[in-house]
Amino acid sequence: MTFLALFLVLLMLVGAVAASVFKDLISAVIAAALVSLAASILFYLLQAPDVAMAEAAIGAALTAAIFIIAISRTKRYEE
Amino acid sequence: MGFLDNYIYYIGAFGLIFVGLYIILVKHNLIKVIVGLGILDTGVNLFLISVGYIAKGTAPIFSRPGIDSEHMVDPVPQALVLTAIVIGVAVLALALSLAIRLYQHYGTLNLRKIREQRW
Amino acid sequence: MRRIISILLLVIVALGISQSLAKIPFGVPKTKVGRHYINEGVKETGATNIVTSVVVSYRGFDTLGEVTVLFIAAIGLGAVLTAGAREGPRKTRPASLVLYTGCRLLFPLILVFGTYVFIHGHLTPGGGFQGGAIIASGFLLIYLGCRERRISRAASNLAESLGGLVFVVIGLLGLGFGDYFLLNFLPKGTANALFSAGIIPIIYIAIGVKVGSELAGIIDNLIEES
Repeated sequence: MTFLALFLVLLMLVGAVAASVFKDLISAVIAAALVSLAASILFYLLQAPDVAMAEAAIGAALTAAIFIIAISRTKRYEE
Repeated sequence: MGFLDNYIYYIGAFGLIFVGLYIILVKHNLIKVIVGLGILDTGVNLFLISVGYIAKGTAPIFSRPGIDSEHMVDPVPQALVLTAIVIGVAVLALALSLAIRLYQHYGTLNLRKIREQRW
Repeated sequence: MRRIISILLLVIVALGISQSLAKIPFGVPKTKVGRHYINEGVKETGATNIVTSVVVSYRGFDTLGEVTVLFIAAIGLGAVLTAGAREGPRKTRPASLVLYTGCRLLFPLILVFGTYVFIHGHLTPGGGFQGGAIIASGFLLIYLGCRERRISRAASNLAESLGGLVFVVIGLLGLGFGDYFLLNFLPKGTANALFSAGIIPIIYIAIGVKVGSELAGIIDNLIEES
């Protein structure tokens, strides 16, 4: 079980660094949704199923959708 | 591997807080700053849940009548984090609406250029 | 200059947080309040999901504050985004037939699943906030797939206000019947049954309807005049 936790934490940190490096804002938002998804599975491994459900539904899906709608009304590339 | 076994969740939460703070302090684009705010929020929630974990514990739900309640994890941090996740998404939505209005008014989302245009 | 101060601040914060994180032991029970909620929770509230009984019954006032914060954010977003000039009617390209039919087929299933999650909040993992988010993602599917349909603004506002009103009225009824706000005054029933745990299922149904319609309204405000 601890190998799975190690892999998920590495995925989460790589996703966070990628969200800070990408110049295309939609790619940055998708990297942030990947961070949320890995955090949701980590919440399940820490024996918290309610919080895992809330983070997967709200953090991974609705946050990414709100960001992409807001980016479609402004610029797409960071200058 | 003993050290890593115990502290892997703390390292993950600390890394997310660090990356989130770095994005908020250093980047120029307003939408990227808001992405950093979201990552910081996720890191703090992960830290709160990992503090409440008890070794070899199970989820605090009495699904069968004969389940033992000696090894259940702490339910109070989970209730706090449930609230915090919903408030986090509300704050992000409000911040994005302000960013859209700022873009309609100034024509750019670069914080340096907005500061120069104001003065 | 600003970059040097930022890096200095980051190094100081990193040192402080890592030093304090190293002193917190992992996997050791730390408080006694959690033990009391686990030992007495089913007897005092009747809900078998201890996290639900903490969120709605033991710390119910914090949930009222959180519902208020969500409400203020939705109002603020509506006020900020519709104060600008209107650009005229939207020009949309209708979606293809496969997408349209698929979205219309999936939408009632997602609504039923979200309703199931928040009705069984006191028995299984789930609850009002998770069920509300699932309902809001069903509405997001309709906005993305069938682009000409809209939910009516009046129905969404009515559902949201009714949810909040039911929550506050039940709390005030508890004040009328007994000692304190949000007293659990309905019978507790047997554990693991659907109609048990007093007022907890009613409050979670109200919260689920309110959060679902609120998040759908936020997405509607953001998509409008795009």
